Amino acid sequence: MVTLAEPKPAVSLQTLPGDDVRQIMWRFADRYELQMLMQGARAVARGPVARLVAAGGRNSHDWTPEKNTLLQHYDDSGITAAFLEPEYGGFIAGPKNLALALVAFELAWVDAGAATGSLASNLGLAPIHERGTPEQRAKYVGGAVPVKPGEDRKQIRAAFALTEPIPFVGVETGMLAGRVRIAEWKDGSEPLLHVDKRGRFITNMGFANVVTAAVESDDAKIKGSCMVILEEGDPGIWDRGTPTKKLVHQLSSTNDPVFNLKVPASRIVGGYTVKDGVIIPNYSHSEIIEAVFRRTRVTVGLMTSAKLLSAVEPIMLYHRRRFRGGQGAPGTPRYELGIQQKEDALHRLVDIWATGEASSSLGFEAARMFDVLDPLEQEKDRIFAEKKLTGRAATKELAKAQDEALKLINAHQPIENPLARFAQLDSLAGVLCPACKLWNTGHGANMMREAVSLMGGYGVTEDCPGFLGQKWMDAQLEATYEGPEAVQRLQLSITMTSELFLTQFKQWIAEMKRISSERPGTGACALGTAMKLWLWTLQHVQTATDADGAKLYHKSRQGVTFPLADALCWLLAARQFILDTIELETKGAENPALADGLAGTVAFFTDLCHVQAARAAGEVGRIATEIGHGYNRHPAWDDASCHACYCAEELTNLEGVIPGIDGSARAYSDVTENGEAHARKAGPCVKCTGLEPFVALRAKLDTCITGCRLAKDRAAESLTKVMTREALDYPA
Amino acid sequence: MSTAYQIIVCAGIVPDPLQTLEPVASPTGPALKNEMMLPAVLDPWAGHALYEAANLAKNTPGSKVWLVSLGPKAKLQQVMMTVAQRVPFELIALDGPASGFTEAAEVAAALAEAIQTIPGLDKSKLLVFGGWESASRGAGATMQMVGERLGIVDQFQGVDQGNLPEPKNNPQVGMTNMRTVMPALQKAKPTKLAGEGLTFASVTLPKQMRETKIVKDKSADDIAKEIVEWIKK
Repeated sequence: MVTLAEPKPAVSLQTLPGDDVRQIMWRFADRYELQMLMQGARAVARGPVARLVAAGGRNSHDWTPEKNTLLQHYDDSGITAAFLEPEYGGFIAGPKNLALALVAFELAWVDAGAATGSLASNLGLAPIHERGTPEQRAKYVGGAVPVKPGEDRKQIRAAFALTEPIPFVGVETGMLAGRVRIAEWKDGSEPLLHVDKRGRFITNMGFANVVTAAVESDDAKIKGSCMVILEEGDPGIWDRGTPTKKLVHQLSSTNDPVFNLKVPASRIVGGYTVKDGVIIPNYSHSEIIEAVFRRTRVTVGLMTSAKLLSAVEPIMLYHRRRFRGGQGAPGTPRYELGIQQKEDALHRLVDIWATGEASSSLGFEAARMFDVLDPLEQEKDRIFAEKKLTGRAATKELAKAQDEALKLINAHQPIENPLARFAQLDSLAGVLCPACKLWNTGHGANMMREAVSLMGGYGVTEDCPGFLGQKWMDAQLEATYEGPEAVQRLQLSITMTSELFLTQFKQWIAEMKRISSERPGTGACALGTAMKLWLWTLQHVQTATDADGAKLYHKSRQGVTFPLADALCWLLAARQFILDTIELETKGAENPALADGLAGTVAFFTDLCHVQAARAAGEVGRIATEIGHGYNRHPAWDDASCHACYCAEELTNLEGVIPGIDGSARAYSDVTENGEAHARKAGPCVKCTGLEPFVALRAKLDTCITGCRLAKDRAAESLTKVMTREALDYPA
Repeated sequence: MSTAYQIIVCAGIVPDPLQTLEPVASPTGPALKNEMMLPAVLDPWAGHALYEAANLAKNTPGSKVWLVSLGPKAKLQQVMMTVAQRVPFELIALDGPASGFTEAAEVAAALAEAIQTIPGLDKSKLLVFGGWESASRGAGATMQMVGERLGIVDQFQGVDQGNLPEPKNNPQVGMTNMRTVMPALQKAKPTKLAGEGLTFASVTLPKQMRETKIVKDKSADDIAKEIVEWIKK
């Protein structure tokens, strides 16, 4: 006998989630150095950064003295040193992806321009950090440590100059707007390089004194491309250029610089060798930026997540107090709840909150994954160097490791070989990083618009508490810089089809189904079905053709590949949110400070998970349906199809011979009514031959989301009861 | 003769002042609604005491600061993530209630006992600092009683000079402090306050009076004068 799940006893969210909750969900409860860093960054964000925004500091494109004071605050708080290794003056040992993600999150809670400004120094140093020689690391990374009292040195502030060709000059993005050639090369001495580089939209360029610039060889005596380190004071032209007239992220400095400098060849990042009189850089510029960007994009994704979660409290305060001072007396619903009396306002805020949680969960999971991946990658590099494997030999060795990982994953066995473990995590990181950057920022920007709309006209003023209008605008930049949405979709369309990833994805489907049996309220059931539908659709389009016989899954067919990439992001974010909520439920009980409110917090998050899972399932269903059916041609009323139709009169006559045929024929086929040529529609109904599993899955998915609106109602009610602060902890 | 000091700072933790505080009745007496769930900070007055102590220690070579705090250790740990980055100190943690609805004498006894167990304590060099407890809802009597229990009968109960800026965040100091803070929290002595003979007739929030005036062109002295006159009214 089927019984309905009994509603759980009513427990409700008592307070907004605090640090204890976040530390468990985002897995840094046992890392006090990260907790301290987060507090340090928060003090800067909600102190000097917020005061500067409130004072109108964003209303200038220039790098003003007021903005410049933030650098000192970053230094004092530990934000600057967070990137550095302890040997160079930092205070966090080991990989720092999660650490930097937390800094970005905290700063972007108030202003993402501040986050970009602080992180851009790291970005400028990252090529040296990732691939620099020991001497380069010691000089430049070590030089970035804040100056201590009594020290007499100039602190290094770095900028990263890749390329951004000026539009409309016939140059494609991806081509380098920088050249390097030999200026002088005396026998027995180090070559002198002539670097000619124009940068566009270069962050920190208003104050940076060191630039890592990507350049291409313009000389037969230099092979390929590389990155070079430029210093202010090098002979030649060091022109910071004009400030970019940004509408967003005004607390970061962005300029279009021009460099024409002579530098020693020792400034080539990672060093070089000389073969047959040709300088061969140890790393091409693309090898370096690949190592850099795949990590820093995660932090950008988390900036938008922070905005969404930061919007919750200002909106709640505004809604509750909206009518106070008017006719309603204290104690009346109008006075106490204000706009929160309206279901629509509550439901929309639930959506914003759920999105913020899911995107944060996805972003922090990606950051943690890179923390695990980093040492494995170093180990892989060490093994390859030891075995002297490069080029095709290295690729072959990696393919072997992938096979090993695949076998062990299928056998549900642990992976111990570091190369195989690297291959496994690399396949996940290759998906999670672009997914986080794409979905967190793109969908996040849409949801920030929703947040702004919930503040009414106030939302688009400078007085809006929480700076929501500015955050909405800023989110659009986050969706664009460090690789716009199309770049992330393109990358996903490749990485999401890897066998290694898909094998793990299949196990995640089973995981969601198991969770749904233990915790039906999470929406994991709907999510698991949506994951199945996505996988079925992906596998289908990889072999299917459209109505004209053209391949569906092809690099140039972005109408297929990109939406499927989008759909995957929804699934990944909702899944991670469910996992984080389970983590909170499991580990939260160990923290006595959470004892009073844990059940309510978990219940609320469980409802948010359900809301988000249902929304993700809806998106996947929509996209999969458009792709699954959309590339088949709809049948028309041609001779063949008309011939296949039943006539109403014919059915009436047959009813005497075959009882029931009239009803069943109408259910399964087209019937032409008396006096009509055919039914008034585009053509006969589609048969879906070959798509039957898809149709069945789609129908199942629709029913799987049963209960999601009840969850939304419960979450909405919680919003009317939860305790908030008297005021935000930063000015507006 | 060395002038090095052993400075003990007694500091409570309190809910973040921006939080909505709502007194409720609990089985064990008055409490604040959801107090354990609310973010906590070091009592601002005790914070001043700590920064004064650190300043004195910095300017008096050989001196050392201990921070003695009674509170739920999970909440103390959260507060330490901020406080420990400010100035060097060694934490002595007592795992017990931080609620203001406690008997000052009992809190003082617990703090004094903890102080007396500090290894190598030399009362000839001892200075005991603390806050006035206004934010922690205490009676304002705890520090006097801590002093009495330690045999300090000549006490100066006053305010600091008021011109010491809040120390800058210093993660290196934080990392150094954490080497002793985390073990101290792990071995924090469970401290129960019996509350014998303590009854509360009623508990209410202080009445707030707000008179907002927007002024943009007055000097700090003029503003201060106006506030003093307003208070005298």
